[in-house]
Amino acid sequence: MTEHALRQVALAGVAESDLGKVPGKTAIQLAAEAARAALEDAGLAKSDVDGLFTFGFGRMGAVQFGEYLQVQPRYSDSSYTGGSTPVAFVEHAAAAIAAGLCSVALVAYGSTQASDGERRLGGAPEDPRLPGSQFERPFGIPLPLGAYALAATRHMALYGTTSEQLAEIAVATRKWAQLNPVAMKREPIAIQDVLNSRLIASPLHLLDCCLVTDGGGAVVLTTREHARDLRKPPVVILGAAETHTHQIISQMPDLTVTGAALTGPRAFAMAGLKPDDIDVAEIYDSFTITVLLTLEDLGFCKKGEGGAFVSGQRTAPGGDFPMNTQGGGLSYCHPGVFGIFTLIEGVRQLRGECGPRQVNEARIALCQGTGGVLSSSGTVILGKT
Amino acid sequence: MPPTKPLPQPDAESREFWEGVKARRLQLQRCRACRHLRFYPRAVCPHCLSGEHEWVTVSGRGTLYSFTVCHRGASEAFAADVPYIVALVDLEEGVRLLSNLVGCQPDQARVGMPVQVVFEDASPEITLYKFKPVGS
Repeated sequence: MTEHALRQVALAGVAESDLGKVPGKTAIQLAAEAARAALEDAGLAKSDVDGLFTFGFGRMGAVQFGEYLQVQPRYSDSSYTGGSTPVAFVEHAAAAIAAGLCSVALVAYGSTQASDGERRLGGAPEDPRLPGSQFERPFGIPLPLGAYALAATRHMALYGTTSEQLAEIAVATRKWAQLNPVAMKREPIAIQDVLNSRLIASPLHLLDCCLVTDGGGAVVLTTREHARDLRKPPVVILGAAETHTHQIISQMPDLTVTGAALTGPRAFAMAGLKPDDIDVAEIYDSFTITVLLTLEDLGFCKKGEGGAFVSGQRTAPGGDFPMNTQGGGLSYCHPGVFGIFTLIEGVRQLRGECGPRQVNEARIALCQGTGGVLSSSGTVILGKT
Repeated sequence: MPPTKPLPQPDAESREFWEGVKARRLQLQRCRACRHLRFYPRAVCPHCLSGEHEWVTVSGRGTLYSFTVCHRGASEAFAADVPYIVALVDLEEGVRLLSNLVGCQPDQARVGMPVQVVFEDASPEITLYKFKPVGS
C-alpha cells in the first residue's frame, strides 16, 4: 500500500490556555498564550512557524493573528466550519506540509464567549438575508440546541433511544472530568440528576448540554521526520477527513445521519484501520445526542444502536470504551469550538501524559469534530510512534 | 421597547415566495430543466444548476418529521410563548421545512402525525406558514 501523503505529518506540540471564566483576557490573547505553550511543548520557536490556521478575531482571522504575533506565513487558512474547524485544520495543515507549502503549522483558537455572554444578551445579530434568518429563526428555534433536539426526537422515534441512554453519556463524561484537575464541572452526577435537570428543548435537558466557557488551545504540526528531533515523542496522523452536509437544520438530509458517516470510513480507510482498533475516542460532545449519532456514524456500532452502546457506563473510566477522557465539552470546558480540545487530549493520551485519567496502552486515538447544527464533520486518527 | 421576533426580510430570491405566503398560498420552485422541487427558494437549481424555474402551489399537507418542545425561548421575544413547538414537516410533495406546530398540546405531538398548513400574520408585511394537526 502506498503511504498516504498526509501520513508524513505529526502533531508535535499541544496546549490549552486558561479555561473557564477568564474575564481579564481577550480571545486573541488566549489563542496567543495557547500558541506560545504549544510551541514550548514542541520545543519550537515562533520563528519556525510558517503556516497559520485560525479563525475569529474579525473576518480575516489568520491575518489578524499573524499581525498580533508578527508571523508572516507562507501558508494561511482562516476558514471556518464551526466546532469541527480545528480538526479540519489538521487535515488542511497536513496537506500543506505534505505538499511542501509550509513546514511548521500552527493551529490556534481562543474565545471569551462565557465572559462576553454577560455583556451581550441574545448573541450576535445574524445577516437577515441568510436562509436561516428567513426560513428558520422566525419560528423561534433556539440555536444550536433546538436543532440537536430535533435530531434526538427523530432518533428516539425511529430507534427507541431513551433519555436515560443519553444521560449515560453525561454521567460517564463527568466521571472523567473528576480525574482532570482543570475540568470545570467535577461534582458527581447520576442518571437521575440528568433526567431531573431542567428540560430546555425536549428531549434535551440542561445536563445534556455542553458548558459555556472561555478558553483556547493550540496544536503545532510538522513532518514526522522533523518531529522526531523535537522535545516530545511525536504523535502521527494516520487518517484524516472532513465534510459538511448543510448549514440549517431543515436542509440536513437525514437528521439521524451526520457527516461522520462519510469522514469516519474515509479516515479509517486512510489509516488502514477499523473502529475496533481505536484505544481512546475523543468525540465532540456539544450535546449528548451529538455523541450518540457520531458513534454510530463512525462505525463503533450500527445505526440505531448507539443507545445500547453507551449503556452501563461503557464510556466511563474503567469501561471498555474510554471516551472524552478530559471530561468533554459536557464537563471540562466548551468555549464554542471544542474540536481543538479533542486533538489536545488525543495527543496527550498517546504520549501517556494524562496521570489519573491515562488510558492504559493507548496507541491509537480518534479525534472527532462536529460543527454548526450537525453540519460539519472532521475526523482525525492519531497514532503513537 | 419590548423585544421583537425576527422576521424574514424578503430579497430578490425569496420575495415571490413570501408574497405567496401573504396571499395564503404555499408555493415552491420547480426546476424547468430537471423538474426538481426545492425549498428554500433560490435562483439556481441545487440539482442541475439550471436558472429556470416555475412556481408550484403545494397542498400544505404533510407529516411531522420531528419536533422539539421549547421550554426556553430562542430569545426574549419568544419567552412569553413557552412552551412552544418547533417542527420539521415533510410535505407530501417531498420537501422538508422548519416551522411551528400549533393547535397541539406539547404532549400530543408525535413523529409521523399528519399536519396541515395554516397561515399567521406576523406583521402588516409578513405572514408566516405554520402547521396544525389534521382534524384539529
